[in-house]
Amino acid sequence: MDPLTESQLLVNRRYFFGKSATGLGMAALASMLGEDAFGAEPTPLARIAPKAKRVIYLFQNGAPSHVELFDHKPELAKRHGQAVPESFVAGKRFSTMTANASAQKLLAPLEPFQRHGHSGATVSSLMPYTAGIADDLCFVKSMFTEQVNHAPAINFFLSGNPLPGRPTLGSWLSYGLGTMNENLPTFVAMTSVSKNTTCGQIFYDFYWGSGFLPSRHQGVKLHPGSDPVLYLSNPQGVSPALRRNMLDGIARLNQRKLDDFGDPEIATRIAQYEMAYRMQTSVPELADISGEPKEVLEMYGPQVHEPGTYARNCLLARRLIERGTRFVQLMHAGWDQHRSLTTELYTQCKDTDQPSAALVRDLKMRGLLEDTLVIWGGEFGRTPFIQGDLADRPNWGRDHHPYAFTVWMAGGGVKPGMTHGETDELGFNVAKDGVHVHDFQATLLHLLGIDHEKLTFKFQGRHFRLTDVHGHVVRAILA
Amino acid sequence: MILSTRQTPSTLLVLASALARLGAEPPPDFNRDIRPLLSDRCFACHGFDAKAREADLRLDTPEGAFAKRDGSPPAIVPGRPDESLAWQRIVSTDPDEVMPPSDSHLKLSESEKNLLKRWIAAGAEYQPHWSLVRVEKPAVPGGGDHPIDAFVAARLAKDGLRLAPEAPKASLLRRLSLDLRGLPPTPEETAAFLADRAPDAYEKRVDSFLADSAYGERMAWPWLDAARYADSNGYQGDADRTMWPWRDWVVSAFNRNLPYDQFTVWQLAGDLLPGATHEQILATGFLRNHPINGEGGRIPEENRVDYAMDMVETTGTVWMALTLNCCRCHDHKYDPLTQRDYFSLLDFFNQTPVDGSGGDPQTAPVIAAPTEEQRVRENELVRQLADTDSQLSTRAAGLAPAQPAWEAAELARHGVDPWQALTVESVAGAEAAVLDDQSVLTSGPNPENATYTVRASAPAGSFTALKLDALRHPTMTQGGIARSNSGNFVLTGIEATLTAPGVPPRRLDFARAEATYEQGGSFTAASVLDDDPRSGWAVWNGRSIDRDHAAIFHFREALDFPAGALLEITLRHDSPHPQHNLGRFRLSLTGEPSPSLSSPAETLLPLLRIAAAGRTPEQQAAVRDAHLRSDPDYAKLAAARASQDGELKALRQSVPKVMVMGDRKERRKTHILAVGAYDKPLEEVPPATPPILPPLPETDGPPNRLDLARWLVSREHPLTARVTVNRFWQELFGIGLIKTPEDFGVQSEVPVHPELLDWLAAEFMDRGWDVKQLVRTIVTSRVYKQSSRVSPDLLEKDPANRLLARGPRFRLPAFLLRDQALAASGLLVARQGGPPVKPYSPENLWPDATFGKVRYVRDSGESLHRRSLYTFWRRISMPPMFFDNANREVCSVNPSRTNTPLHALATLNDTTYVEAARLLAARAVRESSTDPAAALARAFQLVLARLPDDAEKAILLDSHRAARETFAADPASAKAFLSNGEAPADTALDPVDHAALASVCLSLLNTDETLTKE
Repeated sequence: MDPLTESQLLVNRRYFFGKSATGLGMAALASMLGEDAFGAEPTPLARIAPKAKRVIYLFQNGAPSHVELFDHKPELAKRHGQAVPESFVAGKRFSTMTANASAQKLLAPLEPFQRHGHSGATVSSLMPYTAGIADDLCFVKSMFTEQVNHAPAINFFLSGNPLPGRPTLGSWLSYGLGTMNENLPTFVAMTSVSKNTTCGQIFYDFYWGSGFLPSRHQGVKLHPGSDPVLYLSNPQGVSPALRRNMLDGIARLNQRKLDDFGDPEIATRIAQYEMAYRMQTSVPELADISGEPKEVLEMYGPQVHEPGTYARNCLLARRLIERGTRFVQLMHAGWDQHRSLTTELYTQCKDTDQPSAALVRDLKMRGLLEDTLVIWGGEFGRTPFIQGDLADRPNWGRDHHPYAFTVWMAGGGVKPGMTHGETDELGFNVAKDGVHVHDFQATLLHLLGIDHEKLTFKFQGRHFRLTDVHGHVVRAILA
Repeated sequence: MILSTRQTPSTLLVLASALARLGAEPPPDFNRDIRPLLSDRCFACHGFDAKAREADLRLDTPEGAFAKRDGSPPAIVPGRPDESLAWQRIVSTDPDEVMPPSDSHLKLSESEKNLLKRWIAAGAEYQPHWSLVRVEKPAVPGGGDHPIDAFVAARLAKDGLRLAPEAPKASLLRRLSLDLRGLPPTPEETAAFLADRAPDAYEKRVDSFLADSAYGERMAWPWLDAARYADSNGYQGDADRTMWPWRDWVVSAFNRNLPYDQFTVWQLAGDLLPGATHEQILATGFLRNHPINGEGGRIPEENRVDYAMDMVETTGTVWMALTLNCCRCHDHKYDPLTQRDYFSLLDFFNQTPVDGSGGDPQTAPVIAAPTEEQRVRENELVRQLADTDSQLSTRAAGLAPAQPAWEAAELARHGVDPWQALTVESVAGAEAAVLDDQSVLTSGPNPENATYTVRASAPAGSFTALKLDALRHPTMTQGGIARSNSGNFVLTGIEATLTAPGVPPRRLDFARAEATYEQGGSFTAASVLDDDPRSGWAVWNGRSIDRDHAAIFHFREALDFPAGALLEITLRHDSPHPQHNLGRFRLSLTGEPSPSLSSPAETLLPLLRIAAAGRTPEQQAAVRDAHLRSDPDYAKLAAARASQDGELKALRQSVPKVMVMGDRKERRKTHILAVGAYDKPLEEVPPATPPILPPLPETDGPPNRLDLARWLVSREHPLTARVTVNRFWQELFGIGLIKTPEDFGVQSEVPVHPELLDWLAAEFMDRGWDVKQLVRTIVTSRVYKQSSRVSPDLLEKDPANRLLARGPRFRLPAFLLRDQALAASGLLVARQGGPPVKPYSPENLWPDATFGKVRYVRDSGESLHRRSLYTFWRRISMPPMFFDNANREVCSVNPSRTNTPLHALATLNDTTYVEAARLLAARAVRESSTDPAAALARAFQLVLARLPDDAEKAILLDSHRAARETFAADPASAKAFLSNGEAPADTALDPVDHAALASVCLSLLNTDETLTKE
């Protein structure tokens, strides 16, 4: 569109916004802010000074093996092939794929670990790029959860409850903190999976759902391909100018209606259609990476050129954050190595290691890491014992393990170059400073300046929270 | 402790206060002013939940609040705030003393404190929560023809307000038609209504819309949201299910106006009605609409408990608006409901035979729901089969005397059994016994993955193959072949090693394998020979294992076994399917040059060798059958029978099966589950309803679901009717008389129109739960017919229209927007019922959600234009065109009505709307003229049931002029625009003219008035 037309259109839009924003009373304003006129009011938030303004959550669906990647346990290697001591498994619940945990044999990590950076963090050689940014990361090695199956465990992390139906992290933030760019969604979800993954988890819509919060707080899924947002493109035959003309006609009819009927919802409608129009420009601009310098693209690795890959999504996450999206939930499936540790773990690491590290570096170079929290982690860990037959290396695997696992965070008010928490000598159970999922969530909200006990929404007669009635901020990791 | 403090109905009785009420301000009303405060700020610690109770103080009952506790004065002394400990603590300035405590983040404002003080001063009168009191029909205030108007007018008068004038007739008819049929009125209907001067002109339209079969489709949608209806299971796998005959039943029940009490009883317990009809059983599909989790590794019992909880919570929400889910883990914080109450209710739903395993989208109990056509053909085939059977038995009777002679001849002809059973010496890897027929029967612990090592003495001779008989046994699951969840096994590997004195052990090499039956896919006999534990031989065919199976493993070359040799055979079961280990098996060898499983000798000879008297009934039947089939006439008849039987089976297979309810014979015990966890049972509880509600009538033996369902619709029940009329009200007014349709508990709001709600509820019950009558009563009120125009004053005073001083005005739900566009354009296919359809939709969503495993294959033709109700609902990726709908993971009775840019993008760009705009333009021209002004006016009328005024006409024509210029400058874009959607373009129209009109029509479909029920 030429600049002149654009500027005329802008005048039009200002006209409508000006009129509707000033000519209405309080009820209209509430409505303009998008609050569902029939829903509950948001509770006021007593704010803590926020350290992070935005979050990129690199969710590793399927549960990466903590004992393979970050939680180095020499003892595990030493006891390779030995039975799991009964004291480690007594009374514990595993998935039905592991019937009798105490009969299982311990499995050494596949690859060696080294210490990296000034902080001396232990990282497997499977993750060379992540090792390279070790001093920017805060490793939490004592995460634990109560869920042993994927969907409930993922949902537990994202919504605080194993069953679908509660608002997820991003929607809580959208609800609690509002929007920073009205041309782009506040909460964006993207998904990817490594090629030829045999055991991928499904990406359910409820992973970025808004539960009982108004639906405008739900995550907008960005799709690879021509329509990154559903129904974004004009239908064939409709040029941007024609669409503008149509919208002006609609707005004139709506303005008449507003003058006649006085229903503030009509003003909301006018704003809604204008915002839709702006998104038609802002979203394709966001998804177009042709202006990215060569060295930036190289940093993310060759897969960045392929839409829908983890690498591309990492780059898009940075572009979203730059433009004011508050919460990017990037989900990558394929870590569920029940029988494919010796093959697919390598593919997974190869596909995700470089882009994850590049994202942190990229944010840092742009000064965005300071107030952007990056999180990397799965829904649980994997058993220190083998699933499969020791003699059958090609099919080695590890089962689901909720009792201890590792996540890392970077930026956004988290201490860099530190490790929090410890597991026992086999990486089986938390030995020190356990961090429960609700603690993790409380800490995340704290970093964003929110007291997790105050961010509530009244539904079914109860003030619901992300952290239910639990959760403690993990102060040790705060910068 | 818990028992002694349990609520009994008598404690809910009003405690009268004799204190004089002085002063100008009336004393606060407990239910309106005080209970919400106490509930929200105090009950979490001083309420019903004994376990969470602090200082042994409860404020939810007068007994608790007025009692002297050890060493402290009563929390509340009626009439004396200053002596009341609660009041002292509320106004305390000591941070350690003040209530609510500072760390609770709860506060009381000054005006709230004042209310409490005045309430105590006035005598601290408690009242029972309004929704738990029996519904009594209130007297209708005078001064109105219609009871609803009388109630509302009386309430409005208190605020100095009056009912708004009636909406213009055309707007009113559109409102009514959208509400009752989900479709706009046709211009002809509108014209007839405008011309009808009869005093009952409006009532006639109400009756005709209620009689229209579109009414049932309109009413069904919110019921489907409440019932979490979907066409797939949800969760991983998300298999398609066939619950749609239940959906069609709902439509038909609304259309036939099945009284709501029966509608309730049939859906909750139709299966338990004496002499239950097909329809009554079908109705119970309601409860089975919950998601099914087939994720590998899930613990079946955990699933099963989830399903039962879903049923009890759905029932709690839909009929009682009780937030029962709060009591899964602990006693309710606000409402007088205990965790025990929850599990006592759960027991009613805990009696189905469902065990939670697997992800079968037709998990029994199911009921076949054939179409009429299928029913006719089925009867025909059954008749034919009976006829063939009678011919077969006549023929068989004639042949019977010849059987002994035939047997002797066969024995002579085939000679000896080619297979020699191995004599088993030991079995490692399982507890095992060798039976008389040399088969090995395993028992004892059954590991996830068993590996058997069988040592057997090998006969001397030359051998070509090893046979493995997989045999059934009564100790196996469902009398099958293994002690797995299904009786099926997966043999993933076999190895055989021959050892003989003085010779090194020799591993035998298998060339190929075959079996009597293979499950298919990666479960074939041949795959036993690969190294992959994910593949192996299995024999599941969709029903319980009802026959023995065998597999042959051919040696690469004939092998000579020396005398005294020992054969060690290893059988591996390493599949991910746990416990799929062979339970009974036999190993044998043959020297036949080309052994096969299909030769007659293979199956028949072993049987013939058994003396006739010694054969099992099965064996007798097999021999008899072989004899009969040797007769050509019999064989021909048998072939005909097989074909008829095959068709019948295929037909029955294709008949949709609806999951329904059914109770096991043996009662399942229900326990309270600690924090709701399936594996943490506490004490056992009998089936019972919450004591705060009226008692269940006495029953012989434990009450069941039927008793529960009947109790819900008894005249005494305080909730069902209130909750139901509120939901219908919400459907018509956008917001219920109680704005939380899911919660009528203590935390819900105090009704704005309490008498109206009770009058409607009482009227509903007293008139036999007549739904159409209820709807008729509401829509014939002046309150419903009011104009929805709002003045700034009224908006300020009552932004959400709770007082009802104006008509309803709100955005239509997405499903209705789509139907409206289809109807206005003339595209709508009115055919009702049947399997779900797949209209226009972004097609990358399913593959995105399922890693490409499930693709969206769009339908074509009339399936594109059916009502929204019939759109295929994939639970893990709901149809995106219904952008504001509940996703149907769980029961939902709250409409979500937000306005995001994404919604605008959908109605602007979805092919459904673009195509509808194109057809709307063509239809408008056809029904008026090619003159743009006339055509646009007609299109306007088709959508909005009124003609545009002059200003609107001018805007439409401006838009049209600009659009026409754009398309004229680029005619290719006009053609492109007209090729959105599959419906053929109207070739009589000039493409540029058509495209210009169509683009304005698309705008019309996006104006606020179109998107809104006004």
